[in-house]
Amino acid sequence: MHEVPVEIVVNGRAHRAEVEPRLTLADFLRERCGLTGTHLGCEHGVCGACTVLVDGQPVRSCLQFAVQARGAEVTTVEALAAPDGELSPVQAAFRDAHGLQCGFCTPGFVVTVTAFLRDHPDPSDAEIRDALSGNLCRCTGYQGIVAAVRLAATSVDVSGRLPTRNVHGMVSPAPPPPS
Amino acid sequence: MKPAPFQYHAPGTADEAAAALAELGDEAKVLAGGQSLVPLLALRLAVFDHLVDVGRIAGLQGIERRDGHLWVGAATTEAAVERSAEAADAVPLLARSTPFIGHTQIRNRGTVGGSLAHADPAAEYPAVALALDAELEVLSVRGPRTIAAADYFTGLWTTAMAPDELLVGARFPVWSGRCGWAVEELARRHGDYAIAGAVVGVELGDDDRVRRAAIGLIGLGSTPERAAAAEAEAAGRPVGEIDAAALGQAAVAGLDAVPADLNGPAAYRRRVGATMVSRAWATACEEARRA
Repeated sequence: MHEVPVEIVVNGRAHRAEVEPRLTLADFLRERCGLTGTHLGCEHGVCGACTVLVDGQPVRSCLQFAVQARGAEVTTVEALAAPDGELSPVQAAFRDAHGLQCGFCTPGFVVTVTAFLRDHPDPSDAEIRDALSGNLCRCTGYQGIVAAVRLAATSVDVSGRLPTRNVHGMVSPAPPPPS
Repeated sequence: MKPAPFQYHAPGTADEAAAALAELGDEAKVLAGGQSLVPLLALRLAVFDHLVDVGRIAGLQGIERRDGHLWVGAATTEAAVERSAEAADAVPLLARSTPFIGHTQIRNRGTVGGSLAHADPAAEYPAVALALDAELEVLSVRGPRTIAAADYFTGLWTTAMAPDELLVGARFPVWSGRCGWAVEELARRHGDYAIAGAVVGVELGDDDRVRRAAIGLIGLGSTPERAAAAEAEAAGRPVGEIDAAALGQAAVAGLDAVPADLNGPAAYRRRVGATMVSRAWATACEEARRA
């Protein structure tokens, strides 16, 4: 079928390719960019595992064709950790608070939560659960994930920098507020 | 889970899009946010030879107050409505129904026009458009025309638009005076299509009589439904004399195509619908009385 040129900036780097229009952004990221951190669970917009940021906003990359993202800036889970591999605050909180088990859904969760906490730095539990409602996890029962979001929210200090934390500490039900 | 091949078209203007639809005929479908269409394509429940992407057409974007109504461009995302102070102020029902649509990730892509054109009876915006007597602006190579919401939703996922017509925008009437608004839905999980839901607008006179009422029903027919009989029953009466539960019953009394599915039989949905109407009515009236 007729292929069309696309150029998409992914994690700060421009990717150019000729693609079939039916190629989803998710498959573009995985197969053309080699960024397999974006996972495909259901491929029809239900599970949220493929969530990425397009121009800063979380979207399901299985419900957008790559051609629709021409000229967009896409951020995937690969961009969250520091170049030296140090986990982002959200990723670290998921590890510390047992916010994952098998890990398949985790990229979608951490991308969703990263954008959520950017926009809602001090969320209520109801807001946290609402924000997580578009992502499915079949392992954890979600309690650890909710705890991870709470932990991540408290781990970011007011200046946006990250204080050192006890990475082995299991999160308590009500972590102390930032000083 | 991969869509069948199609040719992709990205016209720059609404006129170009209408021309493309005229040229390509039945083999073409409009693509906006894709949050309903792409799953259908992925599951191959729908196959089109051509997709006409209108998602980036500037003339289809925006939320603007125009004389007496709020104009919302068809390709405006639900997230933009959610963030819009103008929408919250001018058409509260539109703003308040938005968080019930899917999830953040869906609302960042899904569009107002996409929801109206998809015309799912369980969706929020079609019920709001119907309840508020919105007008739908459509365009084809034959020119523009306007369709009243009452004439627009003709059947399950079916509208009065011809295959070569493009939805350009929707005009939602702006109410003034002592108004109250509420949206109520029951869903197994947040973001799922509701088992049943109701959107309610009410305007009270200074004497606390109902000057006008708008009641839209979600998930209770093959199209969004309007509880016209219940609206008429409420109109003109002192709000304190209207029993919300009875009004809820009246709102679902005339429905003849209530769906049944795994969530329960039609009688259950009907009961849920009555409860959603009564709750939304009570909330809306409370707000209007304080206004």
